[in-house]
Amino acid sequence: MTGSSLFVGVDVGASRTKAAVLDAQKHLLGWAVEKSGIDFSATADRCLQTALQMAGADAAAVSKTFSTGYGRKNVSYSQDTRTEIGCHAKGCYHYFPFAITVIDIGGQDNKVIKLDDAGRRISFKMNRKCAAGTGAFLEEMSPRLDIPLEAMDDLARRSTDMVKLGSFCTVFSATEVLENIRNGRKVEDIVKGLFYSVIKRVMEMDAMTEKVVMTGGVVANNPYLVIMAEEILGRSILVPEHPHLTGAIGAALYAIEDIGETHR
Amino acid sequence: MTEEKKVVIKKLNSAKTIGKFMADYYYGLDHAAKTGEKKVAWCTSVGPAEILRAMDFDVYFPETHSAMIGATRMAADLIPKANAVGYSPDICSYLTADIGGYLEGVSPLAKAFEGIEGPPKPDVLVFNTNQCRDVQDWFSYYGREYNVPVVGVHSYKGVEEVEDAHIQSISEQMKEMIPTLEEVAGKKFDIDRLREVLALSRECSDLWKEVLDTGAAVPSPITFFDGTTLMGPAVVGRGTPETNEVYRILLAELKERVANGEGAVEDERYRIYWDGMPVWGRLSAHAKLFAGLKTNVLASTYCNSWIFSALDPAEPFESMARAYTELFIVRADEPKESYIKNMLDFFKVDGIIYHDAKTCPANTNCRYGMPQRLQEETGIPFLVINGDLNDLRLISDEQTKTNVEAFIEQLAESK
Repeated sequence: MTGSSLFVGVDVGASRTKAAVLDAQKHLLGWAVEKSGIDFSATADRCLQTALQMAGADAAAVSKTFSTGYGRKNVSYSQDTRTEIGCHAKGCYHYFPFAITVIDIGGQDNKVIKLDDAGRRISFKMNRKCAAGTGAFLEEMSPRLDIPLEAMDDLARRSTDMVKLGSFCTVFSATEVLENIRNGRKVEDIVKGLFYSVIKRVMEMDAMTEKVVMTGGVVANNPYLVIMAEEILGRSILVPEHPHLTGAIGAALYAIEDIGETHR
Repeated sequence: MTEEKKVVIKKLNSAKTIGKFMADYYYGLDHAAKTGEKKVAWCTSVGPAEILRAMDFDVYFPETHSAMIGATRMAADLIPKANAVGYSPDICSYLTADIGGYLEGVSPLAKAFEGIEGPPKPDVLVFNTNQCRDVQDWFSYYGREYNVPVVGVHSYKGVEEVEDAHIQSISEQMKEMIPTLEEVAGKKFDIDRLREVLALSRECSDLWKEVLDTGAAVPSPITFFDGTTLMGPAVVGRGTPETNEVYRILLAELKERVANGEGAVEDERYRIYWDGMPVWGRLSAHAKLFAGLKTNVLASTYCNSWIFSALDPAEPFESMARAYTELFIVRADEPKESYIKNMLDFFKVDGIIYHDAKTCPANTNCRYGMPQRLQEETGIPFLVINGDLNDLRLISDEQTKTNVEAFIEQLAESK
């Protein structure tokens, strides 16, 4: 692949950093995901190397890089930035090119983004200051239940009698969880209750019009959330092939467009 | 690396004149309180300041003081002091920051003006609840602390049309304050002096409106962030000739900018209307954030709230009652929406930002579907940012930044 024109998108999120390598025809050739850690720049560098390796390319083949996410300004090799709202929208529209409502559940924030049939943003909403209903909520609950994050999806699927949690505050929910543990409720029923709380919280942010697309690392790691969301919504939900990469792919797509505009 | 761009904010020369005006004002108050040469009245920002001025009080405005506490980022340390004595963190953070400052014996005035230790001691406190009910509690607190009289006007809320009954009620309430004020002032109320003050106050209002209206020019010579500090004289000095003089100087400078096609923001591409309170501790950061995005927040409900076009010396009490009841903050949603629609049109606005200020429901207009209704009617998109006027603990800068950047991206897509 060396010598061909590649485009990179890097999404430095609050929890994970994602890199995506696309060719000029917008095919995904390589990607990487790592914990963002405390040195965003170094993590972004490693993600690029891994993604390029998967693509069988080297850095010289990269024509342009755009970055996004909380750490978007910390990517040493990025030429420009776009917000994660723009990039998730762009990434989802790439896979589903019609009017859509995008739900992105991230490590620290949720977004509901509405696009018209031309892919233009009509509106967007982020969760308020509180991180309830985001990945951080599940991360907070996993040690309280003494189970690893990655075990949650399987556990929730096994639930037969879901615990309903009343509060959407992470701290208050933790108290409710403790109360349910004390009352002998099964851990899988509590976990499903947590999932339900996440889904309800994000779906209350805006009206779910048009076709709904779900993205983000939380959905990628916990696909049962999509099934639960479909039950609440009463219709099917679209999920791109790599839901955790949508932001990075969107950033790379912006980089491709930018080249197009520059050459126009 | 995509470095944060350094943004230079263009300063107005007349801002210095206004800065000097404010310094003279605070030194005057300090002198009055320390020497007893003049009586000092504390007044709410849209209270009946004209009556006080006509009775020769020096008038001090705690809201302006608390905005200074916010702007100097002292509030987050002071608010908890008021919380500790029973004033909830959920109520007005102007109130809690100001009372916190009193309890701690600190004031931004002491930092800004050498020789001034803090606010001038009041001889009387006068409120108007047209801002909110919190001002009454705020002033009552100081009434107890200083053992001085507290009088006030209880305004109406959610007013659809300003009717004769409103005018009559408010003017009567204003007249009822006069005996107390006469007693404190040690002099009789003079209606002709009030007419003189009202004429000056109306002139101030007209000049301030002209200043803000220059924002309709493309590019706009002024920003909302400029306006929040330039409005100082309209709040604390209306009814005096000196105030009108500084606004004439400011207006001339703004007109010159318009004539030269000089915008307050370099290469202005997007024009934004701001609804709600400013975030005082982030004025400069927000000014730079928007300027860096080639965006001018050029008009606001807030700065326009000190325009009182109904003031009329021929009908002093009635016209004051009308002016202070016609205000945006007093009105029902329908007249509020109609007002904003006119503003969007006049200022050629591309988008609206609503500041949902946690502790200021009275100045927050996005909690009952207004943004959605206005977008449906005008097609102009909106963004809601969560924050507060003074309490910086209620603000996520990163979320604000991402939201604002994403909103400007959205506007760019639709242009």
